[in-house]
Parts: sequence; structure tokens; C-alpha cells
Amino acid sequence: MPVVRRTRRIPERKVDIAAAATLTLEAYADTIVPGEKRWPGDRAVAGVSTGGGAVACGALDLLRWDATGIHDGLEDLASRVDGHARAYAEKTGRTLDRTVPPFVSLDYDDRVRLVRELTTPGHPEKDFWVLLSLFCNMAFDSAAHLHTDEAIENGHPGLAAMGITVPDADGLWRFQDFGYGRRLAGLHPDTTPSGSPA
Amino acid sequence: MRGTTEKTDVLVIGSGFGGAIAAYHLAAGGAKVTVLERGPWLKSDEFEHDYKLGSSYTRIFDFVVGDGMSVLGGNCVGGGSVVYFAAMPRAPRFVFDRHGSIGRRMWPKSVSRETLDPWYDRIEESLSVGKQDWADASYAGGLWAAACNHAGRTANPLAAAVDNSKCVNCNFMMAGCRFEAKQSLTVNYLPGALAHGAEIRPLHEVQHLERTPEGDYRVHYNIVDDEDYRLQSGSGVIEAKIVVMAAGAAATPVILGRSEARLGAMPHAVGRYFSGNGERLNTAILDEDKVAEVLGLSRGEGQLPYGANAIGKGPTVASWDKLDGSLPEYSRYSLEQLYFPPGLGTILAQVPDASGPTWFGREKKEILRHWKSWLTIFSMTEDDNEGVFGPPPATGNAHRISQQMLGRGNLSYKPTENTWHGWRQADADVKEILEKDGLAKVMPWTNDLVGAYTVHPLASCRMGDDPLTSALDDTNELRGHSGIFVTDGSAVPGALTVNPAMTIAALAERAVPHIVAAARAKGVAVTYGAPAPTGYKGGRDAVLPLLRRKQLAGV
Repeated sequence: MPVVRRTRRIPERKVDIAAAATLTLEAYADTIVPGEKRWPGDRAVAGVSTGGGAVACGALDLLRWDATGIHDGLEDLASRVDGHARAYAEKTGRTLDRTVPPFVSLDYDDRVRLVRELTTPGHPEKDFWVLLSLFCNMAFDSAAHLHTDEAIENGHPGLAAMGITVPDADGLWRFQDFGYGRRLAGLHPDTTPSGSPA
Repeated sequence: MRGTTEKTDVLVIGSGFGGAIAAYHLAAGGAKVTVLERGPWLKSDEFEHDYKLGSSYTRIFDFVVGDGMSVLGGNCVGGGSVVYFAAMPRAPRFVFDRHGSIGRRMWPKSVSRETLDPWYDRIEESLSVGKQDWADASYAGGLWAAACNHAGRTANPLAAAVDNSKCVNCNFMMAGCRFEAKQSLTVNYLPGALAHGAEIRPLHEVQHLERTPEGDYRVHYNIVDDEDYRLQSGSGVIEAKIVVMAAGAAATPVILGRSEARLGAMPHAVGRYFSGNGERLNTAILDEDKVAEVLGLSRGEGQLPYGANAIGKGPTVASWDKLDGSLPEYSRYSLEQLYFPPGLGTILAQVPDASGPTWFGREKKEILRHWKSWLTIFSMTEDDNEGVFGPPPATGNAHRISQQMLGRGNLSYKPTENTWHGWRQADADVKEILEKDGLAKVMPWTNDLVGAYTVHPLASCRMGDDPLTSALDDTNELRGHSGIFVTDGSAVPGALTVNPAMTIAALAERAVPHIVAAARAKGVAVTYGAPAPTGYKGGRDAVLPLLRRKQLAGV
């Protein structure tokens, strides 16, 4: 049975953002779920992990989609995190590479330290950075910008890494074998006949 | 304008347990009933297995981030019953004697396990709640049982409102049950209400109430766009003699708060005493070799001994060893195996023994590679009712951020030492059970990102005997506002130490004869006494003599 999709009335809209902001947000997404470099010399992706991370999973496609509600603030977020990176570099004596945005210029461990600071309870901008992190993570763990069955079929690195199986032809999961099928513990002595606590 | 205002006898706000149960009985008894539901109305074949934003998964959920507490609730016709995991235990006896933060019994004197049992029976009959057998437990449930047993604990298959003959163990029940195995209200009370003439209007979000000169209520709503809930198109008003509020514990007090300027002062407890049902989550990452070695479990040739996080039907097994009324308050809890799908909570799971950040980064990615071997344990403890709602947002119960699901609300929750005591004990217990003999590594979810996390909001408009600490009397009527009843989770006085759907539903059943009596007093021709929506009469026949003894009008 083929998968029947609901017809959407509102077309999907993705905002365009500047190349520098894209680079910065890719570096942020890669800090949340790191991946391998897409090409030699890839600056946004630090390359501290094997396999695709949030960026390869399409984090920017998800962030730019107006369904998220974060789309309109992306350029502002990029410029803020670059500002924080500049301040961080100054404070820690790091020298920034002027050919890329400041956050991209930081190495992975410095990016991590900065994201930890920004998301620590009490930071005035914490809500923004948690929201941004949430969507970056969702690109990896649930491919929220793609139909799940199509994402799996196209080898989405996050769903593959998590071992999400292929659904039936109609896009639905069914598991015939679902349990060990035997008693594995003694019941609580105060259980009622209908199976509730007394 | 007055002459053209639409009128109904009973206006029900929300179509989850509190709303659907009241709507069914009042319509069956002869009242004209109108139900306003802020979410969409999905048919079973619209429930998708898809994590894409805009699928049923995000259309029917509402996730509101507050200050120190985030709440996940239903947002559709059928409310929480469409997204819930259908675990239906009764609350243990000691729960009704809890004192909580007020130093004396917080439940009304007239409500105890004994007096609620006949109403639990009605729900059990209406939703076909069944005792589950070990053969019904998922791999995850079986694993939890075996680990409990290995640690010298007991474990129980959970009573559930699931028709196992239809269940395919897809673990997509949070997106709505495509197979009608889960007993959502859309397959019992709501069709029953419709058959008796009730009208259900989806995408109608109630904003506020006001009183008419005649002492009835005028209910103001906005129409919400069916795809992008940030958009609203139009508004309207309905007048009703009786209002049943069942918008959920994260919305009912917000609507009442917004109505205060027009209705007059609200009881102090409206929007206070919110409880997250003491909920807390732990993620265990199993060592698959140990699952076989230590617990002797196997799924057969070529399969990991467990590796089945994705398979099942939500929670199937719980450990109730700490549901012991002789233990002090704040140290009693159940530990339940749960499933949490990707997207809704994965980010909050923390890396055990991390050298760097616990919820993101290199090490987090490594544990995601073992997602199949995750086991989620849900602790339901006793919290301190410390949640308080701030001023209502412009519309609805939150400022909506995303097209669906995600919003920012004004609930503030600062866990007290009592609440932390329960959480710490539960965390330590889960760790002891699952780390025994190297079976797993366990960490609780972080509270640092979105605060504590509840899927069972309660008590924000609670019932009780004391007007200072309860918003409702023991018939669920709002103090000082006759004709407004609250029947959702906000009426439950405090944390229940188990899944609350059964108790919310039983309290709603219990409230109905009182709502009928109030409606009759306002001239509505309505009686009480409908059988279960399935037609069974045992539950009804057991409560009627009790009600006659109380001489309730209309019974």
C-alpha cells in the first residue's frame, strides 16, 4: 500500500540567510551533534566525530523552515554567537582567523566551552540557545524537516546511527515479535485483581 | 447583538478526559451540549508514523516551556487520551491522605480510594481497561521486570486501555493510534456524545468567560488555523447556563486568570499548587552482553538480547515497591518502564561518566549510536505543588513559537527540597537496580534546559475542603462562581505516584451527577444515568444507589 500524504494548504517556506551566518550556524549545529568533515578544509564542521552529524542531517534546512519559528531570528543568532566568540577569544587569549566568522574560527573544544556558557541556567540569552540546540538535535535524532520513511530510504545519518528500522511499504511500523513472552518478576503483593496498586 | 448570540445548555471547554466524559453524560441525559476544542480533529487514518513537523505527531501535541517546568499535553479532539500511553492504574490508597505543602489532608474529606473505586469501575468498563499479562509486556517492559527481579524487587504488568488484538507494537501511540488499539476517547465517549446530539468544534480556542446579567456565562473563543496554530482567523461567543472547564491543567487556570477581570475574583488556588505529578526521567544505556549474561534474556539468533527501545506500546511494566503507605511522604513513588520517542526528549538524556558536556557534543553522539539499547525509566514521585502561573499570555495558554507544538508559557516551578528528596531517592533506586552487576549505565534527564518535564500536569485549579488552598469544592464547582465546573487534571489535588488518566477520568465521572444537578437548578431538562458508552450497565447500576442516598437531583 503506497504512503498517502495529507495535502498541505500552506506551502513550506524556507528563509534565505547570508553565507557567513550559514557557516556560523553550521558550526553551532556541529557543536551540538558533531560529524565528520564534508570535504577537506571544511571549516564549519570541526570533524571530531565519525559519520554525519547535525549538519549532514540537514540542520540548516530545518532551521530555515518557517514551521520552526526560529527561522526569522537566524541571522541575529549567528551574529550574537559570533559576538560571544569574539569576547571569548579576547578573554582567553585566542587568536581568531579573520577569513571565517569568529565562532567558526574557534576549535571544537572552545566551541563546546562557549555553548556550555550560553546554555547554563542564569545566562540571559539561555532560552535562545536552548531553542537553537533543540532544533539542531532534532535534525539528527528525528529528521524533523523530512518524512521519516523517505529520510531513512535516503540514508539519513542520524536515523541510521540510531538504528531506526525501515517501516512497512505503507510507511507504518509493525513489530510481530515484541516481547520476551514470559513472567520475569514476582508481582507486588498488594496488587488488586484488576492489576492496580491497592 | 444579545438577540443573535448563540446559546447552548452546557458549554464544555476541551475534549480530553474531563470534557468528553461530561459531554457524553450530559448529552445522553438530554442537555444541549457544545464542546469547544482548541486542537484539530483527526480521524484514525490521519495518525501518521512520521517525525516531520506538521505530521500528526506535532499537530496533536502541545509542548509549553515554562520557567523551571515544561509541560507536554494533548492538543486535539480527544485531548490527552489521543497522545497518552493508556496506562490506567488506580491511585494507591495512601495518596488520598497526602498532606503535601499544606500540613493537613489536601483531598476533600469525601474523596478516598474507597469512595472513588465505584467511579474507577465505571472507567474500567467504559474504556475496556484490562489487566495485562506478562505475554503483553514489551521487550523493554520485560527487561525492566527482569532487572527489578535481579535486584530483589517486584514488578507488575501495567493495567492498560489497549486492545492487544489490534496492537502492532509500533510505539507510535504518541502520534495517535492508527490501529484503534488504544482506547482513546475518540472510540468511546466522544462518539457516544455525538450520537446523543453533542456538537464538537475543533480549532476553537477559548480565551475568556464573562457572566450575563441572567447569571449565565458568555464564552469567547478564537478560531485557530488548522495548520499554523500561530494564525487565528476570527472569533465568536457562545452563551451557556453551565460551563465545564477541561482545557487541561496547563490551560484551564490560564483561561480563568484571563477571565478574572470580567468574572470577578478567582479563588486563591486558581493557577497555584500546580503539580508535575512529581515526574522525573532516567535513561539507562544497557550493556547488551550483560543483558544476556546477567538476566538470561534473548531475542533469538542474530538479534541483540535487548536492542528493542523502538518496539512496544509505551509503558508496560512498573515497579511498585515504594508505593508503601507506611513510608514518609516524599519518599513514595512508582518506577515505570517508558518509551520516549526521538524529538521529544532525546536531547535531555545525559551521558553517564561524561568528561565533557552531558547533553550535547561528542560523547552524547556516542550514546545516540546506542539508542536501540536505551531503556527509559519514568519516576512518579510526590512533589510539593510548587507551580504557579504568571499573567496570561495574549491568547491561548502560551506564546506559540513553532507552527505547531512548541510554545513559551508563564508557569513557574521551583522544586522544593521535598520534591528534590523524592527525585533523588527515585534516581538512586533506578541506578541501583539497573547498574547492578554492570547491566547498564544510568543518568537522569537534565533539568537545566527546559526545567523539569511533565507529561501529566495536575492540580492548578484543585478540589479540596479548604477555600484558601483549593479552587473547587468537592463537587468540582469553582468556588464563588456557581455553574462553572472544572473536571480535568487541574482538579486533582496533587501528585498521584502513578499515571493519572484513570484518576482524572474517575473524578470526572464522579462530578457529572453534580453538574446535572446544577444544570437542572438552572432549568435545563437533563437527567443522570447513562450506561457506559459501550452499552455496559454494571458501573452505572453500582453508582445509582449511592447517588440516590445523597438525594442528588436528576438521578
